[in-house]
This record gives sequence, structure tokens and C-alpha cells, in this order.
Amino acid sequence: MVNFGGWHMPLSYDSQIEEHHSVRKCCGIFDISHMGIVDLVGTKTKKFLRNLLANDIKKLDSSDGRYHALYSCMLNTEGGILDDLIIYRLREDHYRLVLNAGTFTKDLKWIEDNILNGIDIDVRKDLSILAIQGPDAEMQLGNYLNCKSELNSLSSFTAIDIEDVFISRTGYTGEDGFEVILPNDSAMKMWNGLNSHGVRSCGLGSRDTLRLEAGLCLYGQDMDETVSPFESALDWTLDFNSHRGFIGKEALENKLKIGISQKLVGVVLEGKGVLRSGYNVYTDEGEGTITSGSFSPSMGCSIGLARIPKRSPLKGQVNIRSEKKNIFFVKPPFVRGGKIKLDIKDYLLGD
Amino acid sequence: MSNIPEELKYTKDHEWVKQEDSNIFAVGITDHAQEALGDLVFVELPETECDFSYGQVCSVVESVKAASDIYIPLSGKIIEINNLLVESPELVNQDPYGDGWLFKLEASSLVELDDLLDRDSYSELLD
Repeated sequence: MVNFGGWHMPLSYDSQIEEHHSVRKCCGIFDISHMGIVDLVGTKTKKFLRNLLANDIKKLDSSDGRYHALYSCMLNTEGGILDDLIIYRLREDHYRLVLNAGTFTKDLKWIEDNILNGIDIDVRKDLSILAIQGPDAEMQLGNYLNCKSELNSLSSFTAIDIEDVFISRTGYTGEDGFEVILPNDSAMKMWNGLNSHGVRSCGLGSRDTLRLEAGLCLYGQDMDETVSPFESALDWTLDFNSHRGFIGKEALENKLKIGISQKLVGVVLEGKGVLRSGYNVYTDEGEGTITSGSFSPSMGCSIGLARIPKRSPLKGQVNIRSEKKNIFFVKPPFVRGGKIKLDIKDYLLGD
Repeated sequence: MSNIPEELKYTKDHEWVKQEDSNIFAVGITDHAQEALGDLVFVELPETECDFSYGQVCSVVESVKAASDIYIPLSGKIIEINNLLVESPELVNQDPYGDGWLFKLEASSLVELDDLLDRDSYSELLD
């Protein structure tokens, strides 16, 4: 058990690597109730959120009867990342934010400090979140909730209600899957029910190796208030279209004018050893840092993310326990949908 | 509760030592250590014929979570290493006192043997 953002959570229930493989090959379930849910309700909510978030929630408007989800950064006025989050549009005047545990208190204060009159902030402590992830997730959850056809027609980044269970096709593993928001009382029952049908319990450890293989950033490690989305491979989440102003926009535009000096890339380690967060990286263009590192159970070698000089070549070195080892810079993801996306041999036998 | 066999000796660094002959000893990590480390992904073993003196780092075991040094529990020469661990480090998790042994050494003196912990003393250390 470890402390994660103030929550006492299991790193693994059994073998972390077996938990990882379950999600790549069949299905696993994660308790992610540590994440904070905040509902914002009121006619000015949309206006407020279009200013608060760096991605544009206007993208969530639709008339297909589904809830739509969007990934966005919330920035400070300097363009630094306060948090990364998922936002759902539940109604025209009702949006739901899912925030990281470690930043929750800070986020809430930021929201309160910037809120417009007439918007209610409702912290949903009555709700839990379970993530059911893997190629069999649709079948397993569909059987359990008796909603196979509804899930089958649910596309990525959309959500539906089935009675008091809110189901979205989202995740943090690089596999198909769902994040289910449900009353605290029902969470344990669903967990046990899916367990009894062979869905493996998965802890924070496999959640980390899965998201790393998928090339997804972890707040607090790969990005924080001191870096902008440009230095965190999150440019794609910024929406500069239209005349919409948002907190941090001006600072970001200034950064673009001055020029961005660093980037976040994927790293593959040559040979044995495991990359760890904080290790120094050396390139011909200067130094960098491993922001996340672990062993990739799918690839059988160590991978990571690193923040390095923008013009770095494709190879560099890392200092592991006072020994310099070769690394290769790659474009994530490493693994998606059960398949390795990089041919490691291309790198390791490259010269 | 982790498994601590009666017939072995232990170090405070969670290694076990098994006397195989008068001055030949097998060394591994304890059940408690493998559980704390989690799934091992690499084991870096010493070279055979290498001499180490008591307390020197001679191997590294690395799990998904962390890397951990292995200290030589008795001064002496490495005479055999468990090559199976190169391809299958998970043997240490599956069978820490059996197939997951790390190396065998020839102790240069038996005096240091007295400094090792017995089952009860090691067990107390874990409490």
C-alpha cells in the first residue's frame, strides 16, 4: 500500500506484471475513486469553463443524446499546468470535471477563486469511479449491467447513464475500456461482481506501466505548474481557434513568440536496467531529465518519458546508478490496443 | 506473513545464506524481500571467480518498483551464479529459497558466519 495524493492505495493486488498483461490481453478493473469529481451547475457554467480550460468545451456541444468528454489542461496565468482533467457535458448548464487526487484541493481553490456568480460547485464525494479496461471490457461490463448494445454503440470519449451508473468510454491504459462513475454503495458490489467473472483487480503499479506504454502523461511527474503544455507534448490539447480567451493563453502565445526550448519525448533504454523518474539525460544539444520511467512488461525492456532540449538528436545517454547507458528518443505511444507500436529492433540494431 | 525457513541464516539486508558444504554457501533474497520489491525484471549477477569482501555490493536486483543492491553476506569468491535468472528473473518471486537463488560463494573464513541472523532474530527484524 502506498500514499497517493492523500489516499491509501494498493500498488498491486497480486503480481503487478500479471495485472498489466490482463489489461492488454483481456480485462482488468481499477479503483480510481481517489480522483475528484466536481459538478458545476448554472447558466454561466459554459462561459466560465471556456475561460478556465485551455481546450475548448464548445467541442462538447451535440444533439445526439450522448454526453461527450474532453481532455484538457487547466493553466495558471503563466501558462503552467495546474492539472490535466477530463470534462463531461451533462446538460447545457451542467458540466462534470474529473480531477487528479494530488491537486484536488488546489484545483478546487482555483475554481472557487475564478468562479462566476450563480454557478454551483458540487464536490461529489458520494460517487466512486471504477475503470474497467481491456479488450474484453465491453463484454464484461455489458454482461454485468445487462447493457451490451448500449456499450457497443458507445464511441470513444462519449458517455451514457444507465440508471444511476454513469459510463464513459475513456481510460488511461491505451486499451479499449470504460470509466464508470457510480454511487459509493454500488462500487464494491460492481467490483466483486466483475471479479467473480474473471476481471482481475489491478493496482496503481500496473496503472502506471500501462499509461506509460500508452505514452500518457502523469501529473506531478511528467508535468506540473512549472511547465507548459508545449514542453509536455500536450500542444494538441490547446485550442487557439476563435477569439476565445482562456487563462494562460497570453502567456502561451508569448512563449511561442520567444520559442520553446524543451520537449517531452518517449525513451527506450538499450540493454538492462530500468529508467526512473529524475535520472539525468545527456544529449549533444544539452541535458534533460527522465520524468517517468519503468519497465515495460509488453516490450520486455525499460521505457520512459523525458524532457530534453527541443533539437536533440535521436540518441542520448542516461546516468543509471553512476553508469552511462544508451537511450533512444521515440514518439509515443509505445503500446496501444495490445500491440507494440515501435519496432525496438530498429533502434537497438540501428547501428 | 512471509516464509522464513528454520535451516537458513539471514542478513539484516533481507538476504538468506544456506550452507551447502563446509565453506560453500548459496545466497538469495528472502520471501519478505521479494514481496516488498514486487515483480523482478532484471537480476545483475556477479562474475564467477570474483572476490568480494563482506558487505560489498556484488549484485543488483531490479523490480518494476525499485533497484536494490545485494551485499555479499560472507567474504569470499563467487563460484557459481544462477544463470536461469538472466531470462527468468521472476523465479526469485516464485521460489525465493529454491530456484530463485542468486549465487554460490566459497567463504574465505567461517568467522563471519557468527554475525548472520538465525530464523528468530530475522523474524524479529521484520516485526
